[in-house]
Amino acid sequence: MQRSSKRITLILTSFVAIAIAMLAISPRAITAQTNATPAATMAAASTMAATMAGTMSAAASDGLPAACGTTSGTIRDLAAKIKADPSKKVKIGFLFVGPVDDFGYNYAANQGRLCLEAVYPGSTVYAENVPETAEAERVMENMIKNDGATILFPTSYGHYDPATHVAKKYPNVSFFHMGGPKAVTNLSTFFGDIWQMVYVSGYAAGKISKSGKLGYIVAFPIAQTLLNVNAFELGAKAANPNATTTVVFTANWCDPAKLSAAANNLVDQGIDVLTMHQDCPKPVIEVADRRGVHVVGYHADGSSVSPKAWITGSMWVWGPTMLTLVDSVLSGTYKPSVLFYGPKEGIVDLAPFGTDVPKDVQDATLKLKADVIAGTVFPFTGPIKNQKGDIVVKDGEKPDETTLQAMDYLVDGVIGTLPQ
Amino acid sequence: MNPITFIQLILTGSIRSGTSVMYAVLGETVSEKVGVVNLGVEGSMLMGACLGFIVTYQTGNPWLGVLAAGLAGGILSLVHGYLVINCGANQLASGLATLFLGLGLTALLGRDYVKQNIVGFNPIPIPFLSDIPFIGSILFKHDILTYLGFLIGPLLWFVLYRTRWGLSMRAVGESRAVAFSTGRNPARIAYLGVFIGGVLSGLGGAQLSIAFTHFWVENMTQGAGFIAVALVIFGMWRPMRAMVGALLYGGAYSLQLTLQTMGVGIPPSLLQMLPYVLTLAILLAWGKASKRAMPSELGLPFGSQA
Repeated sequence: MQRSSKRITLILTSFVAIAIAMLAISPRAITAQTNATPAATMAAASTMAATMAGTMSAAASDGLPAACGTTSGTIRDLAAKIKADPSKKVKIGFLFVGPVDDFGYNYAANQGRLCLEAVYPGSTVYAENVPETAEAERVMENMIKNDGATILFPTSYGHYDPATHVAKKYPNVSFFHMGGPKAVTNLSTFFGDIWQMVYVSGYAAGKISKSGKLGYIVAFPIAQTLLNVNAFELGAKAANPNATTTVVFTANWCDPAKLSAAANNLVDQGIDVLTMHQDCPKPVIEVADRRGVHVVGYHADGSSVSPKAWITGSMWVWGPTMLTLVDSVLSGTYKPSVLFYGPKEGIVDLAPFGTDVPKDVQDATLKLKADVIAGTVFPFTGPIKNQKGDIVVKDGEKPDETTLQAMDYLVDGVIGTLPQ
Repeated sequence: MNPITFIQLILTGSIRSGTSVMYAVLGETVSEKVGVVNLGVEGSMLMGACLGFIVTYQTGNPWLGVLAAGLAGGILSLVHGYLVINCGANQLASGLATLFLGLGLTALLGRDYVKQNIVGFNPIPIPFLSDIPFIGSILFKHDILTYLGFLIGPLLWFVLYRTRWGLSMRAVGESRAVAFSTGRNPARIAYLGVFIGGVLSGLGGAQLSIAFTHFWVENMTQGAGFIAVALVIFGMWRPMRAMVGALLYGGAYSLQLTLQTMGVGIPPSLLQMLPYVLTLAILLAWGKASKRAMPSELGLPFGSQA
């Protein structure tokens, strides 16, 4: 081959290879199903966002899909009202920071979308793997311009800034961001509290564990994850005063190999119930299944992965809230607000029990759940000691939500170290 | 924790976390032996992890998954091979392009498989041997791909250093001109090395998805491919040393996990750096010595040799 033609071949081939690569990894927001920069899934920026989420529930008997959770009467009435009046057409766009099939955060948020889809058929478009950068703005603008979306749900914490920019540009579009700090005229935020359900599932874990040794695989040591670890340990202690929770940090929201390695390591040490605070909990459930131990889930119902290893879990139920929010726009009652819900409002729930959980444990767990929701049991009632044995919550004291959300210690019974 | 349990945990974990990287290091070693640096190892691993998972899910047979994984990893590396061998492209640039190609392709292909469950490989305790105290649980309670991985190192050593094929491959890495003048076809041999490298990287990916985690998610290798490239240098382009490197990396990985579970007063963020710090330290300590062991024409653009 001639040298010059060789060079041309080289340039052409490189160009084609790079073009294919760019094509394959660039996000396309025009279509409902989008695939963006893979690396974005694991972006550490998803930190806060990733700590939210989880849904899907016991099958509802009211014609609403399981994605809507065990719905209250008001939601059923609302859904019936909407279905009776099909004149209300709406296009709703969803942005997810990762894939919606990961049994984690995005899975949970997508269940909310599926719930909306059931009530407003054909109404939703969505984009997966949307990075928390200006790229998110492009995706949202595309949804507005090309799909005619008038309501947008940027579901990741890091989508907040891009969403506020786009909201300013399109005053007629309503934005509902999950977990953002502030509302503006056409952008509201909503979020909720899940640690109560983590406490209840910790109780079930304590009941099931034979060794009394539990393991918690956490992504990053931030206040929200520490709150969950502590709630879990306190729950386990309520079932078995000698229960300990060994905590491992992976420094990543989804690193399957690290999750498998950590889970195996914990099982090797005699730990017989695993749980996690991760974006992709599945590898942990898989290890529990293979090693014959049990697992408590987080974010979403993962019981289908291994009904035998599965005990229960805490999960988000976004559907009903999203339904109410969309309806508030359509019926003109929308007000910009920062909404925060808890188990009482049904934004979180306990996942279904696995096949290994005896009836009496199920009953005791459900009773505890009812007590926690009713407020008769408050898990963080003092005295509570930290790992060193110092009192962090005084006898009889009940810390408020703000104090809890700023947690910076591990309670007595948790084995592990926090960064100084 | 008693010291014996501690050591047992580290060593078991070292094999568990090191195996997938070990396949990749061995693969990259072969590729570099014929003079081709392939930074696309990670891409080949992802192709293997993804297609191995998909085929295992579709057919229910993990062995077919392994086959697909090897082929997928190999085919992706041939893209790199074509660019550098036929077109004389810069090896580093082409490797990175291949990596992104693999990353993007697998994200696309594997999208519908993130939620799927597969029946993959499970740990097989070897009868009698796994009952030996201490070493039994370290060495003989792994999945089949881990056992096979340990055979590949010696096999490669034998092929590279004890057969005519191996001699040809090494010759091409040292001097394409000399290899050519002794009647060999450097391009063809280089292709073969690159392909074997890709196949092994693909198998490393398969070990991750269908044996170790039973899970697929895009970019699941999280940089393991680059660790592999670094460990080739530690291994001084020799298969057996490459295996040791991978195990050291796995050991550092499990050491940090184990120290965390013991509640040792070291911040986890520092511990998590351990495997990478170790890799760096290894490069610092052996970097100079390994220069002599490096194939002479490694990384040299094809078509430009004197």
